[in-house]
Amino acid sequence: MTDLVISNLQSSVPGLSVQHLEALDLTLREKEITGLNGPSGSGKSLLLRAIADLDPSGGDVLLGNQSRCSMKAHEWRKKVCYLPTESAWWFETVGEHFPDSNADVLQKLGFEEDVLDWKVSRLSSGEKQRLALARCLSRFPDALLLDEPTASLDESRTHLVEEVVSSYSTSRSVPVLWVSHDKNQLQRIAQYVLEIQSDGSIEEKD
Amino acid sequence: MNVISLSALDLSIAAGLVLAVALLQWRMRLGNTRSLLIAGTRTVVQLLLLGLVLKIVFAASDIFWISVMAMVMLVAAGREVMVRQKRRFVGSWGFLLGTSSMFVSAFSITLLALLVIVQPEPWYLPQYSIPLLGMLLGNTLNGITLGLDNLTRNVWEQKAVLEGRLALGEAWTHAISDIRRDSIRVGMIPIINAMSVAGLVSLPGMMTGQIMAGAPPLEAVKYQILIMFLIAAGTGMGTITAIIIGCRRLFDERERLRLDRLQ
Repeated sequence: MTDLVISNLQSSVPGLSVQHLEALDLTLREKEITGLNGPSGSGKSLLLRAIADLDPSGGDVLLGNQSRCSMKAHEWRKKVCYLPTESAWWFETVGEHFPDSNADVLQKLGFEEDVLDWKVSRLSSGEKQRLALARCLSRFPDALLLDEPTASLDESRTHLVEEVVSSYSTSRSVPVLWVSHDKNQLQRIAQYVLEIQSDGSIEEKD
Repeated sequence: MNVISLSALDLSIAAGLVLAVALLQWRMRLGNTRSLLIAGTRTVVQLLLLGLVLKIVFAASDIFWISVMAMVMLVAAGREVMVRQKRRFVGSWGFLLGTSSMFVSAFSITLLALLVIVQPEPWYLPQYSIPLLGMLLGNTLNGITLGLDNLTRNVWEQKAVLEGRLALGEAWTHAISDIRRDSIRVGMIPIINAMSVAGLVSLPGMMTGQIMAGAPPLEAVKYQILIMFLIAAGTGMGTITAIIIGCRRLFDERERLRLDRLQ
């Protein structure tokens, strides 16, 4: 049982006086992809950051029956991995960002093994996005928070990413929260689709 | 003392050179004219005041007044560290971080030098204690200013990298380690340069002064070596203290990057 249970969560970023979202109660079930959709600036990324504990927030989040408060913040983030739309890279080559020997996920995302020797400065935005997902999955998180993970990908790569995330979710019993502007994509991959309303509440779409 | 006394004209010639540079900067629109002129004026006013104060403090040789003067120097140094940061820490942290780091390093090393190494009689003899503390504070100030500025600027610019590393489950100490190492290195550059070229390229200021005042060169050299080592130790301790505390302050108890703690 590794559902991700969000209870009464409310982001409270210091200096950001406007509260976009109502306090949120939500359960993300294992092996399921939950889609999240809403207008730009409605607080989708803030919500994901709050779940990953990257911003201060009220309420609690539990993985299975373990509260995030019961473990160190970096252990929580290792289990509940947030993937931002724009990935950051800090070493010179791709391989330095990966733990040892994880060619498997790279191959599934359409890369040859020599990608590990590539220079980060020469990556295209699409390559960066797929590699960032690979970097995240190669650490085997127990829950995934994906912020527009296919924003800079063409159609075939988008399907590749959808396939990889779906199979990761089912094979490792992982709950996934997938933010996207593309409603068709969410219909395609998500078991549930949530939509942020203009009043800041979150409602389920059929 | 066989020092050649300087006349007002002598100083005016030197001041004229600074004015010439300022004029050049202004004509070529290179900026910085204002800060050069202000710094030059401050040098004159502050040093003249210091000369007057030292005259009184030397005559009194009273530990109370020496302590007061040391505190004034520390507060001035702390303020200087603060205002030279492009992005300083919000609230009292902005002032206290640099000041307390300098207090820990410069004061303890000055005390050690007075009590154990130089041992003047009495140990707080102002002719020794005030210049020693001044040299230590001045150099530690440089190290801490450079180090902290490097730290806060890099953290600000590399927010995405730091949060990317945190999001992958890295501990905050690991995520910041590159920036921290680099900031301490930057803080230490001036003193390492000074020690590397001492005697080869530059004749350090204190030694120059002693030699001009007629001290035997080897005596002056011994003092200079002592001072260099004290400064290196003080700068190192002060910079490391300030950077370590500064890094800690940039993250909260849940290892979140808190840029709202910078201005």
